[in-house]
Amino acid sequence: MNWISNFVRPKIRALVHKEVPDNLWRKCLSCAQMIFHRELEANLLVCPHCGYHLRIGAKKRLGMLFDEGVYKTIELPETPADPLKFRDRKRYTERLKEAQVKTEEKEAILVAHGEMGGMPVVIAAFDFGFMGGSMGMAVGEALLAAAKLAVLQKAPLITVPASGGARMQEGILSLMQMPRTVIAVEQVKEAGLPYIVLLSDPTTGGVSASFAMLGDIALAEPGAIIGFAGQRVIEETIRETLPDGFQRAEFLLDHGMVDMVVHRRDLRETIIRLLKLLGERTPPAEVVALPKAESESADAKPESADAATGAPTGAPAEASGGSAE
Amino acid sequence: MHNFLDFEKPIAELEGKIEELRHLSDDGEINIAEEVARLQVKADRLLRQAYAKLTSWQKTQVARHPDRPHSSDYIANLIEDFTPLAGDRLFGEDRAIIGGIGRFRGYTVVIIGQEKGSDTNSRIEHNFGMARPEGYRKAQRLMGLANRFGLPVVTLVDSAGAYPGIGAEERGQAAAIARSIETCLGLKVPLVCAIIGEGGSGGAIAIATANQVLMLEHAVYSVISPEGCASILWRSGEQAQQAAEALKLTAQDLIKLGVIDEIMPEPLGGAQRDKREAIETVGEAIEKSLRELRKFDGVELRQRRREKFLEIGRKGLA
Repeated sequence: MNWISNFVRPKIRALVHKEVPDNLWRKCLSCAQMIFHRELEANLLVCPHCGYHLRIGAKKRLGMLFDEGVYKTIELPETPADPLKFRDRKRYTERLKEAQVKTEEKEAILVAHGEMGGMPVVIAAFDFGFMGGSMGMAVGEALLAAAKLAVLQKAPLITVPASGGARMQEGILSLMQMPRTVIAVEQVKEAGLPYIVLLSDPTTGGVSASFAMLGDIALAEPGAIIGFAGQRVIEETIRETLPDGFQRAEFLLDHGMVDMVVHRRDLRETIIRLLKLLGERTPPAEVVALPKAESESADAKPESADAATGAPTGAPAEASGGSAE
Repeated sequence: MHNFLDFEKPIAELEGKIEELRHLSDDGEINIAEEVARLQVKADRLLRQAYAKLTSWQKTQVARHPDRPHSSDYIANLIEDFTPLAGDRLFGEDRAIIGGIGRFRGYTVVIIGQEKGSDTNSRIEHNFGMARPEGYRKAQRLMGLANRFGLPVVTLVDSAGAYPGIGAEERGQAAAIARSIETCLGLKVPLVCAIIGEGGSGGAIAIATANQVLMLEHAVYSVISPEGCASILWRSGEQAQQAAEALKLTAQDLIKLGVIDEIMPEPLGGAQRDKREAIETVGEAIEKSLRELRKFDGVELRQRRREKFLEIGRKGLA
């Protein structure tokens, strides 16, 4: 019997286990169907059975938005790490370190530049996996840096919030990121550049009540929770259960708070179309030029040419190694 | 009679005793006056000691004290010819934020304040100072009016936060606050904010993105209430005291962090013990700020406000 328990059983176990490691299959949080990881990746982390949009990290988000998934991240500005010396059951510095190890990112946001449909764009994407995508000083500075880069490159700014709100561990300084990120948005708008927000799951609290709700155009992913107050807080205040679909993207669409709800597979195409419409506002030169004298056709040129060729040059703080996924 | 807070119990007992003795002295005893004076000195000393070293949690209690002067008290005492203006012209009239036009020390101003109410009826009428989107949109409308006529804007912050409700979410609470911040930042007139009680998170910053932010000595201003913070980070609301300390929400903390510009001293025992004096102090501080801001033109005012907020956190922190 010995050889069976010592040799055969482990072999069999090893054989079986090798075939199905746990992480090859993921359970859909909505319909509970098992999804093979390759199928899920190929489907942009959308459940192929019910269409549920899973949360995705900042890197994946950037990869699926930029042309061919090619982009450059910028080095984020330095900010004080723990200005309040905050400690709850754990030190804030510890929580930060844990999040950095878990996500392999420095903070809850990535800022990158590259092209969409051949047009230069700057994208700031949140990582919900990093302390709930909460906005502290580093995230605020990152958004200001993103706005600065957009203005410098004459590129539209796209933000992709995925955040529970302000980062409590930075106290009032996290609240101050609300006006600071509104200033970032103003700078982009003052430069005449489009500011597009892609609201992803979730966008709440101080993030939704600042830069996230100020887009020239607001897109939302299906099913995303978007709102100001947390659902538990509302239920405790009004002592009622909330209606189905409350604070979901579709609910916001019905109430006039977003322009459209867009399936993840159509996002790139939709954003590119919007950027083209906003960037190339006049007909191409040859159409305008038909019967008139040459002087007039020359007039029509500069605006459209600008948008098409404003190549990303001279970014001030480019990361040395940052590149595509 | 005062409403006493927990930590004021010893003072309450003494003052009760004094009150009793006073009644006795009415009955003809003479040497009781001496005893009363002695006890009064002791009560004052206790009060001074208690208020000299209030903890963050105690300050939170003081800031929420029901007898503190509220926005309507400041407006009634500081603004002449006050003419309230109502409505957001979009959906409704939210009395959690009161506002209007009036004369402050000779100058016409627009004043906007969060009002908690002072008895059951008025508290309900003002929704305990918790504004819905209409309140923030009314604030934007009034700021727009000020901008059009070149009038300075004074805002008074005293709110636990924006109201968390179904209707508020349906009508875009987040967007209303975001736009209100944007409106503050865009103003080409002086904007002075006084935090007179509770500065509750997004609901406060919506009208506190000002050129000058003044704060009463025992007021608090925070990203989240100590109770809310405790229930999230400590998983128990009972740690609110610890959370209050950790959040650094007192005026004394905030001036060090560069978030507020000036602390306005309160009367002994807090603004609730001498409303008139507290209101006068706030009036003086607002007048001083407005006088300084009058030096700048509209573009400068806007630029300085923006730079002020951009500078916060960039220097002077560890």
